[in-house]
Amino acid sequence: MSTEIDPKLLEILVCPLTKGPLRYDRAAQELISDGAKLAYPIRDGIPVMLVDEARDLK
Amino acid sequence: MVIAESPPPLFDRVVTIRNRDRCMEKLDNHAFLIERSSRQIMERLEDIKRRFPLALSMGVRGAIRTHPQIDSVLVMDIFENPQSSVNIRGDEEFLPVRAESLDLAISLFGLQNINDLPGTLLQIRQALKPDGLFIAAMPGGETLNELRESLTHAELSLKSGLSPRVHPTADKQQMGALLQRAGFALPVVDSDIVMVTYQSMFDLLHDIRGMGESNALTARNRRNPGRTFFSEAARYYTEHFREPDGKIRATFEIIHLIGWAPHTSQPKPLRPGSAEKSLAEELK
Repeated sequence: MSTEIDPKLLEILVCPLTKGPLRYDRAAQELISDGAKLAYPIRDGIPVMLVDEARDLK
Repeated sequence: MVIAESPPPLFDRVVTIRNRDRCMEKLDNHAFLIERSSRQIMERLEDIKRRFPLALSMGVRGAIRTHPQIDSVLVMDIFENPQSSVNIRGDEEFLPVRAESLDLAISLFGLQNINDLPGTLLQIRQALKPDGLFIAAMPGGETLNELRESLTHAELSLKSGLSPRVHPTADKQQMGALLQRAGFALPVVDSDIVMVTYQSMFDLLHDIRGMGESNALTARNRRNPGRTFFSEAARYYTEHFREPDGKIRATFEIIHLIGWAPHTSQPKPLRPGSAEKSLAEELK
């Protein structure tokens, strides 16, 4: 069971590549950038906003 | 993503992450410069009589986590390990923060290893609300000049050719120009020189590693230069940079930056030609 992400973070985070909005996938614990087609993982409540660690959705 | 052919980045971010990650366990023994800058930033904030609802603190080493004028601090760094709790793992070169969302952005010993400094400063400025404050401290200018000279000497006398062993540094003037170019209003840049003494060059190198600031240059020479090389550099260092007490000195120049995201309430220079009196009249 991973820790829930702080709602304050969801308000300010954007995709580091496109600066576009992120969708929060609660089940997968991922922040999804539709613009960059990347899913940024949330590990133990900490969003990992690094392109190198994101899952490619292409 | 398509990346056009460009020169390789100056700094290897993977090595930067590794250096910082490895240093955290014993950082307390080596963080005096970072902690000093952290305290100075806290004091400077006190001089600015204002509340900051939301702050982003970039750089986990010495990070400001609470301050009487800040309601909420988010700590961001590129790595995470059990010794360093962060709220966001992120890279200031690719800042994952919405435009106009921060009241305060703090960068502590992060800007010295950035490949795209103008782009990073621009992203920080854009992440600030109008009239938001950016405050930073970074080593630059004269930092480690003695070490640079000693290693260069050893390399020139023992090897054929030079390899980069000490990071290039930005100086105050450059940082001031970059702040302006990134659109910061009322930029202020100053620096102070901290002289640290060590028993030998090896103690200095140990300290640099302990701070997480070992060589992270892409063009670094990965081959171990060998014992002779280091002992010649240490000999030269002691010969040229010895203090009266027999210890060696090392210069650290810490650059402090302040800039504001523009806002109509801020003072601005008058429009040229808007003067009501001629300067010649005034100077009579």
